[in-house]
Amino acid sequence: MANALTLDNITCTFQSKNDPLKTYTAVKDTTLVVAEGEFVCVVGPTGCGKSTLLNVAAGLCLPSKGSVESFGNALNGINSRAGYLFQNDALMPWRTALENVAAGLEFRGIEKNETHTQARAWLTRVGLNGFFDRYPHQLSGGQKKRVSLAQTLIMDPQIILMDEPFSALDVQTRQLMGKELLELWQNNRKSVVFVTHDLEEAIALSDRVVVLSAGPETHPIGEYRIDLPRPRDVLEIRMTPQFLELHSLIWRAMKNEVLKGYEQQQTQ
Amino acid sequence: MNNNKPNNSAEKKRSFFARLPLIFWQMLLLVSLFLLWHVLTSPTLLPSFYFKDPFKAAFFFGEPLKVLERLWRWFIDGEIYPHLWVTLVETALAFFIGTVLGVGFGLWLALSAFLSDILEPYIKGFNAMPRVILAPIFSVWFGLGIASKVALGVTLVFFIVFFNVYQGVKEVSPVILANAKMLGASQRQLLRHVYLPSAMSWVFASLHNAVGLAFVGAVVGEYLGSAAGVGYLIHQAEGVFDINTVFAGILLLTAFALILDWAVTWAEKKLMVWQPQSNESKHA
Ligand SMILES: Nc1ncnc2c1ncn2[C@@H]1O[C@H](COP(=O)(O)OP(=O)(O)OP(=O)(O)O)[C@@H](O)[C@H]1O
Ligand SMILES: [Mg+2]
Repeated sequence: MANALTLDNITCTFQSKNDPLKTYTAVKDTTLVVAEGEFVCVVGPTGCGKSTLLNVAAGLCLPSKGSVESFGNALNGINSRAGYLFQNDALMPWRTALENVAAGLEFRGIEKNETHTQARAWLTRVGLNGFFDRYPHQLSGGQKKRVSLAQTLIMDPQIILMDEPFSALDVQTRQLMGKELLELWQNNRKSVVFVTHDLEEAIALSDRVVVLSAGPETHPIGEYRIDLPRPRDVLEIRMTPQFLELHSLIWRAMKNEVLKGYEQQQTQ
Repeated sequence: MNNNKPNNSAEKKRSFFARLPLIFWQMLLLVSLFLLWHVLTSPTLLPSFYFKDPFKAAFFFGEPLKVLERLWRWFIDGEIYPHLWVTLVETALAFFIGTVLGVGFGLWLALSAFLSDILEPYIKGFNAMPRVILAPIFSVWFGLGIASKVALGVTLVFFIVFFNVYQGVKEVSPVILANAKMLGASQRQLLRHVYLPSAMSWVFASLHNAVGLAFVGAVVGEYLGSAAGVGYLIHQAEGVFDINTVFAGILLLTAFALILDWAVTWAEKKLMVWQPQSNESKHA
């Protein structure tokens, strides 16, 4: 069985706009494999290159070196099997919540009746029944994230890339969204790459946690299998001894990198 | 489902009454300005303090009562309608053609880096050129009828709209664009569903200027050579030193410029419902 995603020895070097001789290598020699149906969390200090990795997986950014494969096919342009939940607001402000969710199906050429019926069902599923006709600026941050989630999931992508989807939300909302996400995933197990810098969130959600080093030249410094039983209760699982053990194990490996990353942000 | 939306007509009524005091002050200012004009130009009301001859002030600045009477006669006798019609048709044509061309070229150039690199110096040159100077040339090319005025208006409108669309396309949020691509949008769908709506808010910002300039193009064109239009009337009156008619023409043009601007604002409100408005939560 082909893997959902294979990043093979990826290197991403950015050229500075003003000075073409100045380059910054965000990611170096990184290999990441995601099996079909696997939920992988990527954690790492801020600015280390997590979004860059997802952009490469989505086909939005061409790596300077290395190759990308999705379900056995080498990537050439946009990864059409992937859905991408962006870190920043990505809803079209000129479309209502309903029209935003229906957009992907509409692009496929599906009839409007059908797209709107499905979009209504998805908005209801993410808890936004009654917000169909709101424009993005009339929604709260959490509601916008839900719309984005519905917009991505309605396409039924085979692999879902999520870039810190809940990081702008308060702690309680974030945990609730995590719970809802897991319930949706439990019913329809797709491959997921979930980027976060919240280690607790990563452990609670995933099958495997990949820890990245601080930039520049980011690369994975550790992989941890999370064998907590499923289905999980995201809210309760944080108290179990097994969870705490994993947390302290991974945190020990991460701590130095986080401090390094923080110092770099300060000097930049 | 829509229970969160404020009742639209009730909101409109309320906002009209809320604006009543403001409208009152605006009217008061208008009336005072006319009074001031009247007092300063009337040969009998005040001793003249600048001109030796008490009739000189009225000769140079006109008299508001006569100006208003002139306007009144124009509309009552119906003498003005054909001229106004000509000017408005020229304005509308220039506005429409210039806007369509501006949107089209703006999208095209903004999406084709190669073309825009080649044409950049030419576009900058055309824009920097004082294009009103083209009016006599257009008269030679297109004759003294409507076409030459429309051409002048188009050259004025085109660049404003063009630059705004160009800017609007360049400022499309890269995240929204990437998101649409991930959702499977083709190049044409991106144009239709991302670039165009994103550029529209810039276009509307420019349409207020554009409609004014279309008007300027029409009137200046008429002024420089024609046989009809409000600009032509003003030119005629100047020829015989009929200052009151000149001022009547100017007032008429100002009023119509305001009406055209309101029309754009109205269209903007209808078409841009998705934009956040600063006072939106007031009645919600
Ligand atoms: N287009 C670009 N041009 C130049 N440098 C870039 C570009 N994109 C990213 N970088 C740099 O690459 C590094 C990694 O960026 P990236 O957005 O992947 O970080 P991240 O891990 O997602 O950070 P955060 O957790 O804050 O979102 C950063 O130092 C950033 O400045
Ligand atoms: Mg990021």
